[in-house]
Amino acid sequence: MKARVHVMLKDGVLDPQGEAVRHALGALGFEGVEGVRQGKVIELDLAPGTTEAQVGEMCEKLLANTVIESYRVEVL
Amino acid sequence: MRAAVLVFPGSNCDRDLAQAFRAAGFETQMVWHKETALPEGTDIVGVPGGFSYGDYLRCGAIAANSPICRALVDHAGRGGYVFGPCNGFQILTETGLLPGALLRNAGLKYICRTEPLLVGETDSVFTRGYGAGEEIMIPIAHHDGNYYADAETLDRLEGEGRVAFRYGRNPNGSQRDIAGILSANRRVLGMMPHPERAADPGHGGTDGQRLFAHLSGALAAA
Repeated sequence: MKARVHVMLKDGVLDPQGEAVRHALGALGFEGVEGVRQGKVIELDLAPGTTEAQVGEMCEKLLANTVIESYRVEVL
Repeated sequence: MRAAVLVFPGSNCDRDLAQAFRAAGFETQMVWHKETALPEGTDIVGVPGGFSYGDYLRCGAIAANSPICRALVDHAGRGGYVFGPCNGFQILTETGLLPGALLRNAGLKYICRTEPLLVGETDSVFTRGYGAGEEIMIPIAHHDGNYYADAETLDRLEGEGRVAFRYGRNPNGSQRDIAGILSANRRVLGMMPHPERAADPGHGGTDGQRLFAHLSGALAAA
């Protein structure tokens, strides 16, 4: 089983890197980009029998810092 | 008094911190991250600056889950003292010993220069050598020092007098200019600036020396 974990800064937490990307897109002439949020994607190769709940626990303990980040688990 | 300075792969201020502890009279031991226990009789644990585990995943995240950090959390739980400058502060927030998190600097740049700090709370073993509101000059050197916590947490920190240091001119976007905070029992201090780099005349400044000197005096008297 494979799982993909999407980690994003929570709404309301300033994302300076996303802002820099937004400015760069504007400088390249791409108009109409009103906001950019940058996150990360973590792919996990999991042994058979690993549960989605265990992946959730991995996110809570290590993969995301829930003070500033939210996460979403996608089982592939 | 005994100090233990943790060493992670990528720590680079561990010897500076040990030197500051030693100069203040602490018997100081370095402790490798794979150890599962602190040296017997450790009074204070120093969590040094640097780039533990290459800052992979998030600054301090991997270090916070290392074997020695379980011993660190137990030490703090028993009322032990902990001091974490820079990456040490990031690690302390990742362990949950201190609230909040350190985000990328608002200006996106790594900043390495000496900054004015204003002393906040002086009722702690770390800050009692300073006057409340006193301005001191301490070096900063970080890319992810933008302190973030939700409004409720910030209000609580301020209400409980747990803001140890604020920036005189906010260099990194930190909420409410916060540069360093104390735990609820005031025995854990995390701060982005580096007092251990202003602890000897050869450093070009000695404003950080008082932190170690008073810490040493307070623990010797305890």
